Amino acid sequence: MIAFLIKRLFHALLVMFVISVISFAIQDNLGDPIQQMVGQSVPESERAALREELGLNDPFLVQYLRFAKNAVQFDFGYSYFFNEPTTDVILRHLPATLELVAAATFLIVTLSVPIGVYSAIKPRSPLSRLFMGVSIVGISIPVFLTAIVLIQIFSIGISVTPFPETTGWGSWLNGLLSTEGGMPAYGRGNDLTHVVGTWYTNFASWDSLTYLVLPAISLASIMLPLFIRLIRAEMLEVLQSDYVKFAKAKGISMRRIYFLHALKNTMLPVITVGGVQIGTLVAFTILTETVFQWPGMGLMFLDAIERSDIPLIITYLMVVGLIFVITNTLVDLIYGLVNPTVKLTGKPA
Amino acid sequence: MTFKKTLLASLVGATLSLPLAAIAQTDDVTLRVAYDADPVSLDIHEQLSGGMLQLSHLTFDPLVRWTQDFEFEPRLATDWEQVDDTTMRMTLRDGVTFHSGNPFTAKDVVWTVERLKRSPDFKAIFDPVASVTAVDDQTVEFKTKKPYPLLLNLATYIFPMDSEFYSGTTGAGKDKSEIVKNGNSWASTNVSGTGPFKVTQRQQGVKVEFERFEDYWDENSPGNVDHIVLTPISENATRVAALLSGDVDFIAPVPPNDLERVRADEDVKLVTMSGTRIILLHMNQDRVEAFKDPRVRQAFAYAVNQEAIADRLMKGFATPAAQLSPEGYQGHNPNLEPRYDLEKAKQLMKEAGYEDGFSISMMAPNNRYVNDAQIAQAVAAMLARINVKVDLKTLPKAQYWPEYDARAADLMLIGWHSDTEDSANFYQYLTECPDPDTGAGQYNAGMYCNPEIDKIVAEANLETDREKRSQMLQSVEKALYDDAAFVPLHWQDLAWAAQDEVQIEPVLNVMNFPYLGDVVVTQE
Repeated sequence: MIAFLIKRLFHALLVMFVISVISFAIQDNLGDPIQQMVGQSVPESERAALREELGLNDPFLVQYLRFAKNAVQFDFGYSYFFNEPTTDVILRHLPATLELVAAATFLIVTLSVPIGVYSAIKPRSPLSRLFMGVSIVGISIPVFLTAIVLIQIFSIGISVTPFPETTGWGSWLNGLLSTEGGMPAYGRGNDLTHVVGTWYTNFASWDSLTYLVLPAISLASIMLPLFIRLIRAEMLEVLQSDYVKFAKAKGISMRRIYFLHALKNTMLPVITVGGVQIGTLVAFTILTETVFQWPGMGLMFLDAIERSDIPLIITYLMVVGLIFVITNTLVDLIYGLVNPTVKLTGKPA
Repeated sequence: MTFKKTLLASLVGATLSLPLAAIAQTDDVTLRVAYDADPVSLDIHEQLSGGMLQLSHLTFDPLVRWTQDFEFEPRLATDWEQVDDTTMRMTLRDGVTFHSGNPFTAKDVVWTVERLKRSPDFKAIFDPVASVTAVDDQTVEFKTKKPYPLLLNLATYIFPMDSEFYSGTTGAGKDKSEIVKNGNSWASTNVSGTGPFKVTQRQQGVKVEFERFEDYWDENSPGNVDHIVLTPISENATRVAALLSGDVDFIAPVPPNDLERVRADEDVKLVTMSGTRIILLHMNQDRVEAFKDPRVRQAFAYAVNQEAIADRLMKGFATPAAQLSPEGYQGHNPNLEPRYDLEKAKQLMKEAGYEDGFSISMMAPNNRYVNDAQIAQAVAAMLARINVKVDLKTLPKAQYWPEYDARAADLMLIGWHSDTEDSANFYQYLTECPDPDTGAGQYNAGMYCNPEIDKIVAEANLETDREKRSQMLQSVEKALYDDAAFVPLHWQDLAWAAQDEVQIEPVLNVMNFPYLGDVVVTQE
């Protein structure tokens, strides 16, 4: 176990090293940070002086060594835009992203397991067909479209008037199909509760929780159909296996077979895929965060690219690499717990 | 299936939006503003940009400011007189205090101008000022190096800072007045001005909160806003949605694709104005031999249909241009009209010996100006009609400007807003013979050079008679037009939108400095 963790630590360091070298190598193509700092009419001489002051004229190796020397002491440089250490900037944006991912994960888990299992047990029921149909649609709609549609329906509101307003039923239907709007359309709201350090939470009050709803639904909408289909497929396969047939023959109650024996084996591949996908969610909430202006890491990263904030871009990429290694490690650990036949170190038991 | 989905959606929506209806009402008027970006710093001399000047008008007051029709309105300066060709005397307002409680006097003006002359961004435009002296507490005297007609234009950039507040050293031994671009200077996080609003809280990139300054000098200001919350929402669709859903009260800019949607909404209002930012194309003569021939340049100018771009592509959200100076500027020449004429263009190409055309490269940004990439595509298609084959590359602005500085393509798109709200600024940066030493023609990617025009511009910059100067600048526009020094496209319009009860019309202007200190929110 310890050996496994130490090995993973080296993986993480290697990943971060490779990312930093690559990002440094391409930083000239990320744009000119000076351009973002000064007004358009500032003369070239002033720009050159600023460039020299920031050390942007030094050769690649000199710049990289300077960065690496500080980086091993956990100093990843200053963000050009925020005028603060990049690690502080990222730590400040991290909780927002994690909360969004947590909320989306909650939605995914609570919805995908029952729906997936149900449509595996009753594959021919109309409800199962409906779920499968909706999930095909859901998987094909890009997240920003989902987000904009959600904003239109729940934040701005829509008024529907195809039915004759004068008749009672028409007015009733119109009213039923129209929405008031009123859900917050952007940001995290002003009513955050401080937890610890840079962590302000949306989970502590009803009002700030409403800010989380639409972004979490859009983020979940990408992964939810995938999970429903995955769970359904795995479950169908397990239900065909011999041990389930044997259990049926033995006369064990169907409920016990489905939810105790079959579900357990269904979850194994789901955990593997799921863990990696949740890691992806943390790293790439970029689209959702942009549409909802959710002040997390994804939005921060996109803004940093727009502003050519190179130190922040590099640190972000390294942090994302780290998150991937961490989630993969966690997945492996959990997998070992669920399936004792798997040994982390690869040695036979 | 869609029916069921919508039905479900409305049910969920109805339950979710219930608790929001019960938002407490207070007597304080809060204006929630969403711009596309928040100010990069609280130090108003750190960067010369629209965002920073908008902040300056909230927390500071200029000596004079522009009205909607390009007149000067007295603010901290109440009166001014030209003593001689190079001297101007200004009388300052009495009884003005800074947020810190210090009184505002002439020494603050002197201190501020000296700091402006040290600012990398402002020093170039304040170069004509030789010295400023305090005659007494209420009078300052400006001396310019040469006769300078634009001193009042400059005065709109002088937002007196609290010299006492910004002097001395911090606990860490740093000078409080220093201007630092990339770092944490004291002035970038602390502010004391005379303006209508004090900064109470600021989180870079998240929001800035302002509170009305209780001792604000302008008691005639109708403004009744007590608090401002400024949130940056860079995503266009979200900014509009935030306004339509009532999450914010005032947004800018309104993206052209959403203009109709905002106009159609009953609860909000849209205000548009013809702007002052010119969008144009430079034809690089150093890279393409053919551009040295004025007939080829003219052919390009004739081939591009400005009206069509403004009408169809920009959906009327632009004013077609035939020159640099917009209406209201001294150099605006009312006789110059867009000159789209395809036959004429073809004929000129034939005369120049390029009937069969040639191939050129073109670059344009894709996130800097409104519809910039689409404009470039439209231009490329228009040039194809005179047999010019255009290889177009569009880039995000962060990558575009280094390419622009390197003059990396034959045809390059740029937009320019005159920092001094005066025509000469256009010529200085866009059409003067490029000279890296003096910085002239810094953005002249056409490498166009006409010493005679430069001479008239130089003379105009010493001419203090408004009438004469205007004549000279208009003749410059005519000469540039005849010579087809560049291909003008349009002036980008400005658009703001607000909830109905926010009276934004009187406080907006083409400079895009909403005077939010004077804004009135009607209460029921």
